[in-house]
Amino acid sequence: MRPSDSLSRDDLLLIWRHMWRMRAAETRLTQLSRDGVLRGSLHLAEGQEALPAATGLVIRQVDKLTVTYRGHGYVLSKGCDLVGVFGEILGRVGGFGNGKGGKMHLTDLENGLLGANGIVGAGVPIAAGGGLAAKVTGDGSIAMTVFGDGALNQGCVHEACNIAALWKLPLILLCENNLYAEMTSLARSSAVTDLTQRMTAYGIPALRIDGNDALAVYDALWNAADDARSGKGPTFIEAMTYRTCGHYQADAETYRTRKEVEQWRKKSPLIRFEKTLLDRKVERSSIDDVRRQAEDEINSAIDQALKLPSPSVESLRSNVFA
Amino acid sequence: MPATLTYREAIRQCLVEEMDRDDNVFLMGEDIGRYQGTFRVTQGLFDKYGPRRVIDTPIVEPAIVGLANGAAMAGLRPVIEMMTMSFSILALDQVINHAAKIHYMTNGQAKCPLVVRGPGGAANQLSAQHSHSVEGWYAHVPGLKVVAPATPEDAYGMLRTAIRDDNPVIFTENPGLYGIKGEIPDDNEFAVPFGKARIAREGSDLTLVGYSRMTHVCLKAAELLAEQGISAEVVDVRSLLPLDTETIFGSVAKTHRAVVVYEDWKSGGFGAEIAARIGENCFDDLDAPVGRVGGLNVPMPYARVLELECIPNEQDVLDAVKKLG
Ligand SMILES: Cc1ncc(C[n+]2csc(CCOP(=O)(O)OP(=O)(O)O)c2C)c(N)n1
Ligand SMILES: [Mg+2]
Repeated sequence: MRPSDSLSRDDLLLIWRHMWRMRAAETRLTQLSRDGVLRGSLHLAEGQEALPAATGLVIRQVDKLTVTYRGHGYVLSKGCDLVGVFGEILGRVGGFGNGKGGKMHLTDLENGLLGANGIVGAGVPIAAGGGLAAKVTGDGSIAMTVFGDGALNQGCVHEACNIAALWKLPLILLCENNLYAEMTSLARSSAVTDLTQRMTAYGIPALRIDGNDALAVYDALWNAADDARSGKGPTFIEAMTYRTCGHYQADAETYRTRKEVEQWRKKSPLIRFEKTLLDRKVERSSIDDVRRQAEDEINSAIDQALKLPSPSVESLRSNVFA
Repeated sequence: MPATLTYREAIRQCLVEEMDRDDNVFLMGEDIGRYQGTFRVTQGLFDKYGPRRVIDTPIVEPAIVGLANGAAMAGLRPVIEMMTMSFSILALDQVINHAAKIHYMTNGQAKCPLVVRGPGGAANQLSAQHSHSVEGWYAHVPGLKVVAPATPEDAYGMLRTAIRDDNPVIFTENPGLYGIKGEIPDDNEFAVPFGKARIAREGSDLTLVGYSRMTHVCLKAAELLAEQGISAEVVDVRSLLPLDTETIFGSVAKTHRAVVVYEDWKSGGFGAEIAARIGENCFDDLDAPVGRVGGLNVPMPYARVLELECIPNEQDVLDAVKKLG
């Protein structure tokens, strides 16, 4: 029996909802970036939706999470307030950081979100620290960190992995292997392209999964969370996936072929999961309804966020110190 | 024939000429080769020189500088790119504990002729982690040379000096400068020496001191001041370490007033050092305390309205001038 076998119809539709909330958000943010309403780097994760969607069913509010600049999907599926999310992305008062942090730094402590991050790899030791806090306080929570294949070349990631294994920290290490770090392919940045092998040295159980299969992701995360909660320490999950959009809005995408992208588009987690739902006898009408509701919910949250005021200059100096 | 090039092209042209001249010069950084650089500074260089001399690395800032240190000690002349100078913070140990001290600690046996270049300062809503001005931190460290050219000509001439220098050089650019155009001489030996400031505009009533993009802010402010009948001289410091105090002091001796303008945090930024030197040495020449315009002492905020408030502009300079009386 796989953990996903016991997912109810409502659970399955929840995964579907997470996927479509994320997709709807990215579609709208892309438009806002094109229109010049949103400035600065916008890092999206089209094609990687299965990962945040399944995470939403495993990681609880009390569990600590760190993600990357590309992590909006996880922020949404963790149940963070939508106006707080989009307000921050738009740099408005009412966003999580009242416009000071921005889209690379979404943070919502009330919901266990220790932060997105603009520094590649930096979220990994921070999440390990969340796991350490859980261990010290014994509050029963666990920690999870999401990072890319490229982050696995950063020293601080390895320092944290060693510690997490040594101290048996309750930590899930979810590596989104989308085959590229910015414009550099995995094969050009690591001699070992099976990233689980890099964890063997630390004594961290590691598995490679199909990251576009939401149920496979759910199973891996569920088992990892179970191990973390029962004191068995960290698990590393290498989720094979692909971002079918550019690294950021200004990516010239000269480093890969259109054909490669098209092939992955066909493997989109949305297409995959729609089939899963039908296979599991979820009615067409519910599938369509949930999708529409997810899109409406996101669009109205963004509409609301667009009406929020820009921060006042007086707010500039507050919160430099606690 | 002198050519009109952008700042970015001027850097590239110097890289090409120095790589052609000296096979020991090589480039290393993240996405600088096949992708040609996120700011397109290294466009075409991978095709021209191949992977032996234009090396893409994984995301490993401390190792990039460490490798450059070792290669430099072994006789090569690495020119490494930090995608943004903010990422060089990850490599501080290799820069400060190693590159800056190797020559001294080995009693001159080892040399570390390395250039670390890349954009410093704020761009457009890249927020707190990607907007640092780090030149002042580096200029604090004996053993490093630190330069911040403001024009294509200086970028072209100072990069040559940096590459040929036997010391580690921090060469800071700025995202707002890459597109500006200027003439560069038709001379592949043209080099701008370090430790020589440039009078960017002559004036007699006060001295504005800047570097990098802030030189242009000073020049704009000088124009606005001219409309009010105030004649401002603009000194483009361009080399922080070594610092040409002679030119700065000479200008202050002439104008009797000075305002130092820098994008870095006002408190403890490099402009504070310049202001202190003027105060220390030009007391008798000064008719007013030295003014300072610096970045606001807060982490760079994301929202555009807040970000703009943090970065010095010409109005801030005018306000500071007014305060001098
Ligand atoms: C320390 C550091 N170096 C460089 C960058 C620039 N950068 C941003 S994202 C990125 C690629 C990261 O790739 P990966 O870890 O695979 O994550 P992905 O973007 O593919 O999700 C790089 C190099 C950065 N943000 N931080
Ligand atoms: Mg990646």
